[in-house]
Amino acid sequence: MHEISVMQSAIEIAIESAKAQNATQIHRINMRIGALAGVVPDSLEFAFPIVCQGTMAEGATLEIEYVPALCRCSSCASEFEPKDFFYECPNCKALTVDLLHGKELDLAFLEVS
Amino acid sequence: MDSTDHAKRAEAEQRTIVINQGVLSKNDLLARSNRTLFKSKNLLTMNIVSSPGSGKTAFIERTLTDLKGRLRGGVVVGDLATDNDAKRIARSGAPAIQITTGDTCHLDAEMVAEATAKLDLDALDVLIIENVGNLVCPSGYDLGEDLRVVMLSTTEGEDKPLKYPTMFKTADVVILNKMDIAEVLGFDRDTAWSNIHRLTPQALIFEVSARTGLGMETWYQFLEQRLALANQP
Repeated sequence: MHEISVMQSAIEIAIESAKAQNATQIHRINMRIGALAGVVPDSLEFAFPIVCQGTMAEGATLEIEYVPALCRCSSCASEFEPKDFFYECPNCKALTVDLLHGKELDLAFLEVS
Repeated sequence: MDSTDHAKRAEAEQRTIVINQGVLSKNDLLARSNRTLFKSKNLLTMNIVSSPGSGKTAFIERTLTDLKGRLRGGVVVGDLATDNDAKRIARSGAPAIQITTGDTCHLDAEMVAEATAKLDLDALDVLIIENVGNLVCPSGYDLGEDLRVVMLSTTEGEDKPLKYPTMFKTADVVILNKMDIAEVLGFDRDTAWSNIHRLTPQALIFEVSARTGLGMETWYQFLEQRLALANQP
């Protein structure tokens, strides 16, 4: 539901950065989205052309890199990719809250001219 | 090649700008400044989230009414439309500021900063932020709170945490509301506790009924303890 406002924030940052580098057109936008970012990538892709309309990013392509969740067990310190939303350590079965990756909702880079 | 030629050539060429910035970084920055302000006022701040109809407003109303004389509370309440909730909360005698978000499905740190500017924070111990009824969108928006309180009512079923894991994973506290009717509903308490605990092992769980007052005293004692802890020199 809030993917349009997320995408809007991303485009605002993109345009500011592009202008600061004297670019006039944004061709490509690359984002990193974690499995636990709380956004639906399909909805981001749907929102993208809408928020780009009438800006220097109109016609740009959106690339999304997916970042899987990666945990570190708070008991035995082993790192693991959780199978589901319960972060149970496959080694010692302890539940953990320590997430190394998966919360990313980042604007990674732009291609401009 | 002089500098003008260089600039012209660069303009025509595609180039990469590395950004590596969180899309919500502006919100995070504002949330940090909210947090600094709230800390400087010795406030305990909580952000209450739930589905629509879980009983957030009733829970806040009851908390502030019962704690009169023990704690001074103020409320910021978000809704898509109407100021009904602020009016209800104001009946407890606590100051309440309504934020109507229009079509925005969550509160953000800027809205909270604007609303709290209308409250006399020096006259408060506890600041309660009632978020828009939504278990999806508010999860990514830090408001500057000390505690993320996620509410679940027995009418929603014990598997609700499994359906909205992203939100439940951010909880410091989970409130199980409407416990007075749990039995009639056939609410499976053990499964609910297990689902919550496995998703968010760090969260404290309180079973209450905002309507009858069941379990509320334990919640009040927790608030007083947290406040005392926060105000330790």
